[in-house]
Amino acid sequence: MSNHDEKENNAHLTTPTRLTGSEIVWATLVGEGVTEVFGYPGGAILPIYDALRKFPIHHILVRHEQGAAHMADGYARASGKVGVAMATSGPGATNLVTGIATAMMDSIPMVCITGQVPSKVLGTDAFQEIDITGITLPITKHNFLITRTQDIAPAIRQAFQIAKSGRPGPVLVDITKDAQQSAAIFDFAAAKPAPYEPHPMLSVMGTHLREAADLIRTAKRPVILAGHGILQSNAGEQIRTLAERMQIPVGTTLLGLGSFPASHPLNMGMMGMHGESWVNHAIQEADLLIACGMRFDDRVIGTPSTYSPNSKKIHIEIDPAEINKNIKADVALVGDLRNVLEQLLPLLPGRDGSAWLNTIAASKGTAAVRDIKNLPDSGHLYAAHVMHDLWRITEGRAIVSTDVGQHQMWEAQYYRHDYPRTLITSGGLGTMGFALPSGIGAKVACPDKEVWVIAGDGGFQMTAAELATIVQEKLNVNIAIINNGYLGMVRQWQEFFYEKNYESTPLVSPDFVKLADAHGIPGLAVRTRAELESAVQTARSHNGAFLLNFLVEQEDSVYPMIPAGSALHEMIRRPDNPLVEKPQD
Amino acid sequence: MLHTFVAYVEDKPGVLTRVASLFRRLNINIISLAVGHSERPGISRMTIVCDAPDQAADRIRASLYKLDDVVDVDDIAKAPNVTRELALIKVAANAHNRSHIFELAEVFRARIVDLAPESLMIEITGVESKIEGLIQVLNETEDRVLEVCRSGKMTMRRGKHSTGVLRAMGAGEPDIPKPGNLPLENGPDNFADNI
Ligand SMILES: Cc1ncc(C[n+]2csc(CCOP(=O)(O)OP(=O)(O)O)c2C)c(N)n1
Repeated sequence: MSNHDEKENNAHLTTPTRLTGSEIVWATLVGEGVTEVFGYPGGAILPIYDALRKFPIHHILVRHEQGAAHMADGYARASGKVGVAMATSGPGATNLVTGIATAMMDSIPMVCITGQVPSKVLGTDAFQEIDITGITLPITKHNFLITRTQDIAPAIRQAFQIAKSGRPGPVLVDITKDAQQSAAIFDFAAAKPAPYEPHPMLSVMGTHLREAADLIRTAKRPVILAGHGILQSNAGEQIRTLAERMQIPVGTTLLGLGSFPASHPLNMGMMGMHGESWVNHAIQEADLLIACGMRFDDRVIGTPSTYSPNSKKIHIEIDPAEINKNIKADVALVGDLRNVLEQLLPLLPGRDGSAWLNTIAASKGTAAVRDIKNLPDSGHLYAAHVMHDLWRITEGRAIVSTDVGQHQMWEAQYYRHDYPRTLITSGGLGTMGFALPSGIGAKVACPDKEVWVIAGDGGFQMTAAELATIVQEKLNVNIAIINNGYLGMVRQWQEFFYEKNYESTPLVSPDFVKLADAHGIPGLAVRTRAELESAVQTARSHNGAFLLNFLVEQEDSVYPMIPAGSALHEMIRRPDNPLVEKPQD
Repeated sequence: MLHTFVAYVEDKPGVLTRVASLFRRLNINIISLAVGHSERPGISRMTIVCDAPDQAADRIRASLYKLDDVVDVDDIAKAPNVTRELALIKVAANAHNRSHIFELAEVFRARIVDLAPESLMIEITGVESKIEGLIQVLNETEDRVLEVCRSGKMTMRRGKHSTGVLRAMGAGEPDIPKPGNLPLENGPDNFADNI
C-alpha cells in the first residue's frame, strides 16, 4: 500500500480499531478536524512523529518551539479554529511556555501535545524529564499527564472541548513515551467528552436583562466598549445592531479592533493608554458603559479609581471571574456575548442619540488637527505613514500580525480594521517575538489571504529564525520591519519617565535585507515616503515571501499616551515637533 | 476577613495543586484546608477557609468554578451551618498530674485516646474556639503541650439549604453572584507599570 493510500484509509477511522498510542494521537486529531500541526520533534515524541506518515495532517517544522506555539496561536486567531502545537519533552516543552502564556492571556483556543519520558522513570529526573504539567499549571486552562494508551483519545478530545468552550484558552496534553508505543482500541465516538454544559453561573437572568435594557434606553451619554469577546463569539452583527439601533458610539480595545468596522460612523476608535483622545474623553464623560467581551485591563482603564466616574456599568462577559475584578459592574450579564445580545436586543426598540454623538464629533474634530499622516512630507519616514499606506494599499483586507512595541500601537492607530480577525497581536502578555510566527500561523490558516507581519527591529530578532520556516513551507508572507534603531517603546518610556537615559535601548541589528536574502527571501530597504508605495507594491506582487526594512524616524514616540497610573483623560499629547512642519490651518 | 468555601473536586492527581495554586495566584492565604471523600463516588470534598478582602468571595468562587476538575462550589458565607474541627493534642503528663488533665478533658467533652508514662493524647472535636480554649487552658495550667494536630475546619450547611439537596429536589441553582456596591479588591490603584 502506498503512503498516500494509507493516509486516505486513516482519514475516517469510524469503527473501533486497535492502534498504537501514537496513531491514536493522530487519529484523534484527524477526528477533531485538524489539518495542520506546528511542531519540533525529539526523542520523547518520536513515536508520534513516526506515525504521522499514515495520517492526512500536514506538519510544519518550526525553528524553535516558541514559534510553534505562536504559530498555533496565530492560526487560531485568524481562523477561529483550535491551533495545535507539538514538542518533545524537557527543553522542547519548556520552549513552548511563552507561547502558551501568550495564548492564555488573550484567551486563544490551542492544544499543545508534548512527549514525556516513559512512565516507569517519571520522577527520577530522567534525561529530558520535566514536570511540564506543573510548569504550565497557571498558564493553561487545563492540562493532562497521560500515562496509559487508552486515556489518550479521551484526553485529547476533552482538551479540544476545554480549549474552545466558554472563555477559550490553551490546554496541554503530556503523553509518556510508553503510552505512545503501546496499543489500545481506538474508538473516536466513545472518547467523546460529556457535552459542554454552560455552568449554572453562566445563565443570564431575566431581571438583569431588563435592568440592562432600562439603563440603555434611558442613558444620555452611553458608550459601547467593544472587546475581543465579540470576535470570539462571532457577535459582530449583534454589536452593530445594538450600536445602530440605539445610536451608541463604540470604542474598541486593542484586541477588539476589527470587531466593529473602523469606518463605521459610530466607531470612535481604540481606547486606553494609546487610544484616541476623544474615545477616552467620551468614556470619562459617559453616563453608561456597555462593556462587551472585555475585561477592563489596566491598559484600557488607566487608574481604576478615576475611571469613568459618573457612569453606570453593564458588563457582558463569559467569564464570571472577570465581573467586578477591576471595575465594579452595576449590571452583570454573564454568558456568551452573542447569546446575551440576542436576548437583550428585543428589549431595545430604539433611541435618539444625536446630542451625544454631536458632542463626540466636535471633540474628535478638534483633536484630529495634528494627525501626523496629514502633515507635508518633511523627507522623514514616519511609522504612521507606513501603517497608513499599508492599510490604503491593501484596502484593509490583509491579515496583519504585529509584534510588541511602538509599531504595534501605530498599527492599531493607523491601520483601520474593518474586518474581523485581521489583527493578530499579543495584547495581554505583550510578547515580543510574536509577529513573525503568529503571521506564519495565520497564513497557514488562511492561505488565500494577504498576510503582513509587522515587527520592530528588536522583537523581530527574537524569533527571526522562523524565516527559514517560511521558506521551507513556501509561504507568501510579507514582512515589514519598522526599524528605528532602538527598543523603541522602552526608549519612549526612558524619554518620558527616566530623563532620557537611554540605557540598553540603542540596538545594533543585522542588515535585515541581507538576512532575508540569506534565507532566499528578497527584500528592500525603504528610507523615504516617496519610496513607500512602490516598495509595498513590489512586495505584494512578488510571488512568495518578501521583506521590507523601513528605516523610520528614530526618536518618534506614540501619542497620545496615558502614563501608567494616571486617569484616562490625562494624556501626553504630541509636542510640536521641529522635524515636522506645522499644519496649515 | 475569613471566607469558607466548599468545593467538590474530581479525585485525581494534581487537583489539590490546582486549587492551592489558584489561591496563590490571587495572593490569598489559605487558613485551613480539609479534604476527604464525599457522598459522590470519585468526588472529594474540600473545605477551604481563607483570609481575603471582604468582597473577594464572588471572584474566588467563580475562579474555583473555572478549574476543570472542580464540579461544584458552595460559599458558606453567613449561611446557617455546622462547623467542626478535630484536634489531637499530646500533653506531657505523668502519674501525678494526669487526673487534673482528665478533669479538663471532661469539661471540654474531649476524650483521652492514648496514655503513656510521660504523655497522654486528647481527642477533641468542636468549633475552633472550643479547641483553642482547651489548648489555652492546658497552657495556662502549665501542662506542657507537646504536639497539636488539627484537621482544619469542616463545614456543612444546616438543614435542607444545601446545594446538593436543592439540586436533588430540582429546586434550582445556587445563587448567581449579583454585583453589589463592591469596593475594589486590591485597593483602588492597582495598575501594571510595565511595557
Ligand atoms: C519578550 C519581551 N521582552 C521584553 C519586553 C519589553 N518591551 C516592550 S516593548 C519593547 C521594545 C520593542 O522594541 P522593538 O521591537 O524594536 O519595537 P518598537 O517599539 O521599536 O516598535 C520591549 C523591550 C517585552 N514586551 N517582551
